[in-house]
Amino acid sequence: MTDMQTPAAPQLKRIDAINWNRLQDEKDLEVWNRLTSNFWLPEKVPLSNDIQSWNTLTSEEQQLTIRVFTGLTLLDTIQSSVGAPSLMPDSRTPHEEAVYANITFMEAVHARSYSSIFSTLCATRDVDDAFRWSEENPTLQAKSALILERYYSEDPLMRKVASVFLESFLFYSGFFLPMYWSSHAKLTNTADLIRLIIRDEAVHGYYIGYKFQLAYEEETPERQAEVKQYAFDLLMDLYDNEVKYTESLYDGVGLTEDVKKFLHYNANKALMNLGFEALFPDSVTDVDPTIMAALAPNADENHDFFSGSGSSYVIGRAEATEDDDWAF
Amino acid sequence: MSESPRVVYFSTKSGNTRRFVEKLGMPAERIPFEHDAPPLKVQSPYILIVPSYGGGNASGAVPRPVIHFLNDEHNRRFIRGVIAAGNTNFGTAYGIAGRIVAEKCDVPLLYRFELFGTPQDVANVRQGVTSFWQQHQ
Repeated sequence: MTDMQTPAAPQLKRIDAINWNRLQDEKDLEVWNRLTSNFWLPEKVPLSNDIQSWNTLTSEEQQLTIRVFTGLTLLDTIQSSVGAPSLMPDSRTPHEEAVYANITFMEAVHARSYSSIFSTLCATRDVDDAFRWSEENPTLQAKSALILERYYSEDPLMRKVASVFLESFLFYSGFFLPMYWSSHAKLTNTADLIRLIIRDEAVHGYYIGYKFQLAYEEETPERQAEVKQYAFDLLMDLYDNEVKYTESLYDGVGLTEDVKKFLHYNANKALMNLGFEALFPDSVTDVDPTIMAALAPNADENHDFFSGSGSSYVIGRAEATEDDDWAF
Repeated sequence: MSESPRVVYFSTKSGNTRRFVEKLGMPAERIPFEHDAPPLKVQSPYILIVPSYGGGNASGAVPRPVIHFLNDEHNRRFIRGVIAAGNTNFGTAYGIAGRIVAEKCDVPLLYRFELFGTPQDVANVRQGVTSFWQQHQ
């Protein structure tokens, strides 16, 4: 794939016009439609309504929030500029390549939207300080290095593994904070924007993980065992680093243990996106219900029908189903 | 009436819902995914396990083959409950297809799980469905 002698000469690779009416994998169109119908821009969220709320935060809380968002900006930047493009050469179909183009752009929108939050709520000097902090913070730089090493590697399976870990695991030490503020009725418009990002990342992790599984299935059992080992090793390295990152950010506000549960819960989902069984037991994934509720604002029902707790006997609330397909 | 709870499910090529159903280890029938496959006709009570599509809209959330399956009045008569697969990242739309089917068919939404479910999800559903079945088949 790379020719070290002639780095300037691109390999001639034939390109055929993409025909969306002839699919090799229907998942490509399904995900393309999902991503394009979920498209959004930060301008649609009225962030300025959070200015008053922002001013109720202590300076320590403000600094934490800016740092958390700067860390998220770095991950989105990596994913847009390196991660998603690095998946394109190994696409199984032309449509898969187009989906990665969508993901590449959307990650740029995510990275850009944090700057919208900053320019609306924060003092320029505080933001500049946070960007400087992000460049010098050892645990933030360590996670960036762990991921980039895979993105620049010659192993297409590990590029997908690293991408899924970024999309489905690494973001969540950061996403925790706006959900926490939202659960305390603070920065609720900012939380609305973050929920849009959270929604997008779920589709990205699902799709890249799906394409990983297709390639993984084709490998020999020996190679599968090797890749699985590399994947779990990478997850544990990222996890150890993520715990340190979390402590450095959240110890001051006493939230570290709550964030760690959120990390475990999302690490399991990242593994499942890759087709692997969950690793962390239920005893350490019991995320605070107020955080889970903040993910789904205004949802008042509890669907634990079997245990009989909560408002359990739910015969779904009225949902307007506009599909013409329903015949009753 | 069968002794064991029966499951009817739909799963796309990614196979998350299929994996969950396999882990349950209950008799199960899959609503066909292929356009040209003969339609599934059920002859006895069942619990439907359905993934949710989309990221927030009710429209398009229930997979079209599931709608076609339920449009058959004969199939609809035997549904006893719904279990929905989804992802909490979709917020209020988590498992929305389950809510829609539950409402349209007037049966309870029994449970929601994410992706292909954790071992705890499998245990919860196995136990919950078994006792539910004794009362509602």
